Formats: sequence, C-alpha cells, structure tokens
Amino acid sequence: MTSEAQIMTPEVRPDPAVEEEARIYVASQWKLTWWRFRKHKVAMVSGAIVIFVYLVALFAEFLAPFPTDMYNSRYTFAPPQRVHLFLSTEEGLKFQPHVNGFDVEIDPVALRRTFVVDPDVVYPIGFFVEGFSYRLLGLFETNIHLIGPINPADPMYLLGADRLGRDVFSRLVFGTRISMSIGLVGVFLSFILGILLGGVSGLYGGMADNLIQRLIEFIRSVPTIPLWLGLAAALPMTWSPLAVYFGITVILSLIGWTDLARVVRGRFLTLRTEDFVMAARLDGASQQRIIWKYMVPSFTSHIIASLTLAIPGMILAETALSFLGLGLRPPIVSWGVLLQEAQNIRAVATAPWLLTPGIAVVVTVLALNFLGDGLRDAADPYSRG
Amino acid sequence: MLGFIARRILYAIPTFFAVSIVAFIIIQLPPGDYLTTLVASMASQGETVDPAALEALRNRYGLGEPIWVQYFKWMSNIFLRGDFGQSFEWNQPVASLIWNRLFLSFMLSLSTLLFVWAVALPVGIYSAVRQYSLGDYAFTFLGFIGLAIPNFLLALLLMYIGFRFFGQSVGGLFSPEYQEAPWSWAKFVDMLSHLWIPIVIIGTAGTASLIRIMRANLLDELRKPYVVTARAKGLPEHQVILRYPVRVALNPFVSTIGWVLPALISGEAITAIVLSLPTTGPLLLRALMSQDMYLAGSFILMLSTLTIIGTLLSDVLLALLDPRIRLE
Repeated sequence: MTSEAQIMTPEVRPDPAVEEEARIYVASQWKLTWWRFRKHKVAMVSGAIVIFVYLVALFAEFLAPFPTDMYNSRYTFAPPQRVHLFLSTEEGLKFQPHVNGFDVEIDPVALRRTFVVDPDVVYPIGFFVEGFSYRLLGLFETNIHLIGPINPADPMYLLGADRLGRDVFSRLVFGTRISMSIGLVGVFLSFILGILLGGVSGLYGGMADNLIQRLIEFIRSVPTIPLWLGLAAALPMTWSPLAVYFGITVILSLIGWTDLARVVRGRFLTLRTEDFVMAARLDGASQQRIIWKYMVPSFTSHIIASLTLAIPGMILAETALSFLGLGLRPPIVSWGVLLQEAQNIRAVATAPWLLTPGIAVVVTVLALNFLGDGLRDAADPYSRG
Repeated sequence: MLGFIARRILYAIPTFFAVSIVAFIIIQLPPGDYLTTLVASMASQGETVDPAALEALRNRYGLGEPIWVQYFKWMSNIFLRGDFGQSFEWNQPVASLIWNRLFLSFMLSLSTLLFVWAVALPVGIYSAVRQYSLGDYAFTFLGFIGLAIPNFLLALLLMYIGFRFFGQSVGGLFSPEYQEAPWSWAKFVDMLSHLWIPIVIIGTAGTASLIRIMRANLLDELRKPYVVTARAKGLPEHQVILRYPVRVALNPFVSTIGWVLPALISGEAITAIVLSLPTTGPLLLRALMSQDMYLAGSFILMLSTLTIIGTLLSDVLLALLDPRIRLE
C-alpha cells in the first residue's frame, strides 16, 4: 500500500511561499497572535522580565536570605557589600565567595557612623545554604535559601541595610510579592467591573450606555491621587494589615476600571455589526450564545492586552499611596512601604540604596508597558502593519 | 458657539454635583462627626465645651439630622457664605486656609501644562517628521522612562542629586527670606527660580504621553494625499508640515487637556508632599492623617471643581479651534 501511494503522489516540490500561506490559513487565532507577538523583540524581552519578577514573587522565601523583620542595630545604614569570588590564602587564590566585614567608625565632626570595609574579616557565603525555615509554595517545609552566608548569623547586605539594620535585598524580594500581587488582584477586580459595565454599555446601548459613559467621564475627570488619599484615609486604623491590603485594592480598582470598560464597550460595538455575528444571529443563535461563543473569544486577546497595561497603573498607585503612609502599613512589606524609608532627604543622602525598590518599580512598570504594547499589537493578528 | 458653551456648562453641573457628593462622603467616612472629634480633643486637654456653643455648631452643620440635610447645609454654607466648615486641627475656618494654597496649586499645574505643551509640540513634530531616526528613538525611550517613573520617585531622585552634587536642597517654592514676605516682584522672581523643579517633575509623564499622541496624529496626517499635493506643487518643506498637518494634529492635543489636567493636579499633590511645597498636597495629606475632615473634603472638592472648570475651558478652546465639534 505504502509504495503504491508513493508512486501515485505526483513529484511536485511545494512552493515555500504557498506552503507558508497555507500554514497561516490553517493556524488558529491564538497561533497567529503568538507568531505576531514573537516578532516584537522588545515585548519578548519584557515578557521574560515580567515572568522573572513573578517568579521572584512566588519564590520570595527561597530567594531572600533573611526574614523581613530581622534587624541588627550594629549595621544600621550599612552600605551594600561587594561579593568577592576568590579568597587569597597561604596556598594562593582559592574559590570561596565571601563578603567582607565592616569596621564602624564614628565621624567626630558629623557624629555619623561610617562603615569602612575590613578586608581581614571574611564571611563566606554560598548557594543553597541553610537559613530561616519556611514552607516553599506553602507546601514543603524547608530552610534552604538560594544565597546566603554559610553561617546564618553572619551579616550579608547585598543591597545595604536600612535604619534598623534590616537587609534591603530580602525586603525588596518580599516586597515584590505584595506589590505584584496587589497589581494582579486589583486588576482582577477592575476587570470584573470593567467587563460588566463595559459589556452592558456596549451590548444594550441607550440609557444604560449613557449613564455608564457619564460615570466613566466623571471618574476620569477627577484628580485620582487626592481621591485615593481621601478614600484610603477612611480605612480604620484598627484594621489588620491584611484587611487594609484588600481595602486598598478595592479602592484602586473602584477608580481603575474605566479604561477596561471602554475597551470592552468599543469591542462590543464594533463586533455587533460584524458579518459573523450577523450570520450567527440569522442562524437563530440565542443572545447568550452569540456573546459567549462568538463575541467574547474574538476579543479575549484585546482584554488580555488591556489587563497587562492596567497592572502598572495599579502598582504605581499602590506604591504612591504606601509611600505617603496611607496605603499598606508595616509589617506588610511592599515596594511603596520600602520607599517610605527613603521619604526624607537625610535618609536618602546617608543611604541611597534605599531607593533600590524604586528601580524595581520602574523596571517592572516599563516591562509591563512594553509587554502590553506588544500584546495589543498582536491581539489583532488579521490586521496588517 | 454660544449654544455649545451653554450645553457644555449644563454637562458640567451634574459632574460638579457628583464631585461634591464624593467629597461629602469622604468627610463622613471616618467614624464620629466633627463635634465628637472636637469634644474628644478638648476633653483630652482638660477643657470643657460650652453646651450652647456646641448647640450652635450642631445647627450650623445640621449634625444629627438626616444625611441629606447635612449635605444640603454643607453645600449651601459654601455657596451662600463661602463657609467650608471649621478645621479643628488649625482651629480656623477652612476657607481661610485653602485659598492661598489652591491658588499656588493651580498656578503650578497651569505652568506645568504650558511646559508640557512647549516641550511636547516641537518634540512630537520632530519625532513624526524624522520617524525612526536616532532622535526619534531617543525621545521614545525617554518618553517610556518618563511614563514609568512615578512622580514622587523622580522628586526624590532630583532631591538626592541636588543634595549630593550641588549641595543644595531643592524643596520648597520660596527661599527662606521670602517665605513669609508679602507678594512682590522679587518674591515672584524667587518663586520662578524654584518653580522649574516641580514643573519638570510633574510634567514628565504628561509630556511623554503627549509626545506619543502628537507623533501618532502627525504621522497619520503626513501620509494623506493633500500633503503630497502641497509638496508636489513646490511648497517649502517646513511650510508643508507646519501649515496644514500640524494644525490638524493639534486638535487632539487640546482635547487631551481633559485627562492631562486631572493627572497634573494629581501629580502636583504628591510632588508637593515630597518637595514640601506650600500648595494643597502637604496640607491635604496632613488633614487626612489627623482626620481633619472638613479641611480634607474641601480640598478634594475644590481641586476637583477646578479640574472640571479647566476641562470645560479646554472644550471651549477646542470648539474654537475645530468648528466641527460645535455641531456634535
């Protein structure tokens, strides 16, 4: 049979261009979107960064050498330590990653403590060392950390220490979890509001549409920060940090849903007149079926792009609120809470490394913006451009 | 045109009511009312409150009456007597505290808006005309960075740079010797020399997004046949660009005031807190922290109202520029 089939097949070499076209014709929409997205190099890199940041958030305990509340008054405002890979011993250079200790000197004029690196004090550090114990992903009890001092009592300040001698690096890692999750939870809430109100607006039109559009215009015409501040200040001081966390998320999403609602409404309006929707309607499909089976799948990719673009706004808003002291409160550690330490110029002047959470904010927000842009361009794979 | 303006003003009225209701809700949100706070704070200082004075205050704000009566009293006090209520922290009428600061806030936001336009217009034109040039990429990159850096971080960064490399503090709006001085030409000049830092900080994000908008609009226009025609008939290149496409591309530029202005006022509030400018931001934050709610609510009300008026003006300006809008 096989040989017969081979004989019967005509010996034609397929034209690569035709083959390419055929490949495009049979590809699903998601595949096309992915192909389109892949071409956007900056968005690809940004996507990798975003995934990395979320992995950091997920495995915060494993990555952070110390718990967030571990302090050491000997090392208040200690500068970042340099990691040395090789140790010179009597037998010559030996591979032994380590950091050096500090000599603390009191500046007689400024009455300020200055840290001088003491090359003779060596604190060996290593990978997969034992430290504080935690549950990885909430499942496995362990005390292994990616990096840390081999003797858990040794100081290791990769990004310096804050005013209580807490490790800025560990706090930054834990802050990633809170800041990134508040972005996700907040976007999820505004997603529900946006889909609901935008959908009603776009589908039914008329009075409801008018009302919702006025509401959106109103929310957008009010300066957000004073409004956020006002609402956040109303959260009772007696609430637990977790309750405050959810309160803040709700406040952020109450104001943040308008963009999503606009996108959803716009999509519904354009899709309503599309041929395939008309065909489904003439075919006797019910309204519900048209919405969920035909309309929603064709703009899911747009929604994902808009969601991605909405996360940075949430992160920036939370950071600003916490920075001003009206958002999340210690002991919760978020990037905004960390930046609060850098609120006055004296602290920043003595310890510029307190601004490192700011770098994390900027990099993450940039990456999310580029990723969102790439997704938005890819969301409509049938358009040319 | 008059009809358009009248319609726009009519639109603004419900928005104003919504804003006032939100401000009123914020005033009401903390537990207890103004009087319980007052009595508690006076009791903690060992003073007793005269019941007659208490009763007078209760009448003035309609406390203890239904919520809508309170709202109505609050609003009518503002409209009829300019009475925004009493700030218990400062022990002064709110009205005497806010006007000066509101004026400075609005001046600052307006100057920033002018700055944003002055920068975004030429840069946007350049980026569109020289699309994909090195300069275009540089501005695009700077623009994205500008959008990603929160205002307060930029303020902190500039403060640090000013402190570290120039040995001066960049906070405030006046030099110490002019802090309490009455307005004079010298004080004005002194303010201008301090003003540019907050302007740059507040304006960065707005400038970045306006450059993107200007660039996109102008690119759309430049591809249209009338531009080719103008070029074909031998018009010099700068006239080809400036005479028609830029003018058309300018329209959305004006209409964006509607959302640039709220963003500027927002940014102004937070930047002022970091740089401790004598504008609304720091006082608003302090009022919220100490639950001085009439003060905080009045700030929110007035900032939002000024934003609504600004948006209204921008719409009128847009209608002047583009006759088609008037007919909508």
